[in-house]
Amino acid sequence: MSDPTHLTLAQARDALRAKTLSASELTKAHVEAIERAGLLNAFITTTPDLAVDAAKRSDARISRGEAGPLEGLPLGIKDLYCTKGVRTTAASRILDDFTPTYESTVSANLLRDGAVMLGKLNLDEFAMGSSNETSAFGPVVSPWRRKGANGFDSAKIVPGGSSGGSAAAVAARLCLGATATDTGGSIRQPAAFTGTVGIKPTYGRCSRWGIVAFASSLDQAGPIARTVRDAAIMLRSMAGVDDKDTTSVDAPVPDYEAAVGASVKGRRIGVPREYRLDGLSPEIAALWDRGVAWLKDAGAEIVEISLPHTRHALPAYYIIAPAEASSNLARYDGVRYGLRETGRDITDMYEKTRAKGFGAEVRRRVMIGTYVLSAGYYDAYYVRAQKIRSLIKRDFDLAFEDGVDAVLTPATPSPAFAMGEKGSSDPVEMYLNDVFTVTVNMAGLPGIAVPAGLSANGLPLALQLIGRPFDEETLFSLAAAIEQAAPKIELPDPWWRESDGARP
Amino acid sequence: MSVDSAIVRRIAHLSRIAVGDDEVERLGGELNAILAFVEELNAVDVSGVEPLTSVLPMTMKKRSDVVTDGGFADDILANAPEREDHFFVVPKVIE
Repeated sequence: MSDPTHLTLAQARDALRAKTLSASELTKAHVEAIERAGLLNAFITTTPDLAVDAAKRSDARISRGEAGPLEGLPLGIKDLYCTKGVRTTAASRILDDFTPTYESTVSANLLRDGAVMLGKLNLDEFAMGSSNETSAFGPVVSPWRRKGANGFDSAKIVPGGSSGGSAAAVAARLCLGATATDTGGSIRQPAAFTGTVGIKPTYGRCSRWGIVAFASSLDQAGPIARTVRDAAIMLRSMAGVDDKDTTSVDAPVPDYEAAVGASVKGRRIGVPREYRLDGLSPEIAALWDRGVAWLKDAGAEIVEISLPHTRHALPAYYIIAPAEASSNLARYDGVRYGLRETGRDITDMYEKTRAKGFGAEVRRRVMIGTYVLSAGYYDAYYVRAQKIRSLIKRDFDLAFEDGVDAVLTPATPSPAFAMGEKGSSDPVEMYLNDVFTVTVNMAGLPGIAVPAGLSANGLPLALQLIGRPFDEETLFSLAAAIEQAAPKIELPDPWWRESDGARP
Repeated sequence: MSVDSAIVRRIAHLSRIAVGDDEVERLGGELNAILAFVEELNAVDVSGVEPLTSVLPMTMKKRSDVVTDGGFADDILANAPEREDHFFVVPKVIE
C-alpha cells in the first residue's frame, strides 16, 4: 500500500473494512508523519503510544466483525476538548498541566465509534483568534506557502484560527480528520485558509459538555476534513443529544454521508447583497460568481436576497462573545486546577494567577466583556447587542420563510496571510477576518466552508453555505456539488520534512 | 464611549487580572480601539426588539431531583495546586 496518509477518511474506512489495510499500519503511518512535521507545530500533545495501542484494539474488533463506523481511523482532537488522562491546555498557560479525569461527550462519541486519537491539536488561546498566533505553545505554520515569480515564498503563512492546528494537520495529512470548534468562524475560516472542508453545525446539534467554554451561546463543535464526504462521516459520530448539556437538542442524527452526491435540482440559493462589501477583493468576488454558476449548472435556482443587518454582526459579536467569555473564564482562578501564583491573600492570588496565565488577546476580551456587563454599561452595550442579534437572526428567518434553502457567500475576505502581517498594531484588523462567518453563529445556523479555488499567489479560497436549522444534509449536498464542479486543489507536498522535523 | 486609566484599573480589578502601571495606557488604547469599532451599533433602531437570549426556541430541560452522580472527590481534587484531604487549600480569604 502506497502512503496510507494519502487516503481520504472514507477511503481508509473502506480499505480497513475490505482488510486491504490494517488499523495498525494506518495509525503508524500517521504517527510517523506527525513525528516529521514538528516545524508546523500543529500538535500541542501527541499520544503515539496510546494511538498504537488503540489501533491494535481496532484491528482485533475488525477481525471479530465488530467494527464501529470510525473503527481504526486516526483523528486529531483540538486541545479545547477535555480528554481523559491526556493533558488539556486550551493553548493557555493558565491550565498548566491540567489533566482531565473525564472525556468530553463529542470525543467520547468518536471513541465509541472506534476512532484512534493521535493527539491534541494547537489552537488560538481559549479559541480566541483567527490565525493561531495567540497560542501559548507557539503559532501553527500552515502547510501552504505563497507562490512568487521564483518559486515559493519563505514567509510562514497562518492556517487561520482558532482551529489552526486542526486545519493544518488535516491539510498536511497528519490525521484523516480533526475535531474543532466554531464560535465566530473558528472551523470555517481555518478550513478556508487551508483548502479543507469545515462545518459548524446548528447550535445544539453537538454537545458542548467537556469542551472548554468560550461563549456558551455561540460555541459549537464540528469536524475539519479533506472532503465533504469525510466531514459528513465525522459529524454523524460527533452529533447527538446529551443530558449533560441542556442546550443540546434531541433531534435524530441522520446519515449525513447519504446527502453527499444527492441532487440539488430545484434548491433555492440565496445570494445576499450585503456580503458584497465595498472593496471586496475582485478575486473573491469572481470566486463567488463562479460558485453561483456551478450551483446553477447543478440545477439550483439562484435568488438575490437581503440580510440588512449583516454589517452589525461583527461589532455585536465583539460585545456578546467577550461578555460570555468574561463569565466563562472567571473559573480560572488558581484554586482547583491549573496555574497558581503566590499571593498575599486570595484576591492577590487570583489577580497574579490570571495576569500570568492569560495571554494578551484573552486579557483584552475578558476586560471588554467585563466592561460591557458592568453596572451602568450593561443596557447600552450588552442588551443592545442582544437586540441586534435578534434582528440578525430574523433576517435569515425571513429569507428561509421565503423559500430559500441555503445562502451562498465567500468564506473569508482574503486568502491566508503571513505571520505577523495582521493585528499587531490594531486588534480589530484581525477581527475583520470573521466578517462573513460571525453572522452564522449569531443566528445559531449551520455553516460549511468548502474549497473552491486558489488565489493568484497559490493559496486556497473557499465558499461558505449557510443553512436552515438542523438541515446540515442540504449543506452537505450543496457543498459536494461545489466540490465536484471546482477545479481539483492539490494539497501541498511535505516541504516541512526537509528541515529537521524533530521537536526541540 | 472610551475608557481612561481609572476605568482600566477598575475593569482590571473586576476581572481579577493584575495590570501593571506600565501596561495601563497601552491596554486602554486597545480597549478603546474595540469600543470605537462597536460604536456604530448605537445608531441601529432597536425599538420594540426583544434581546435574543436563545438561538433555538426551546424550554429549559428539567430532570428529577435525584442523585445520579458524585462520590469521586479524589478525581475532583486530582489537579489541585494545593490540597489537604478533600479540601482545596487557598491563601487567607477573610481579612
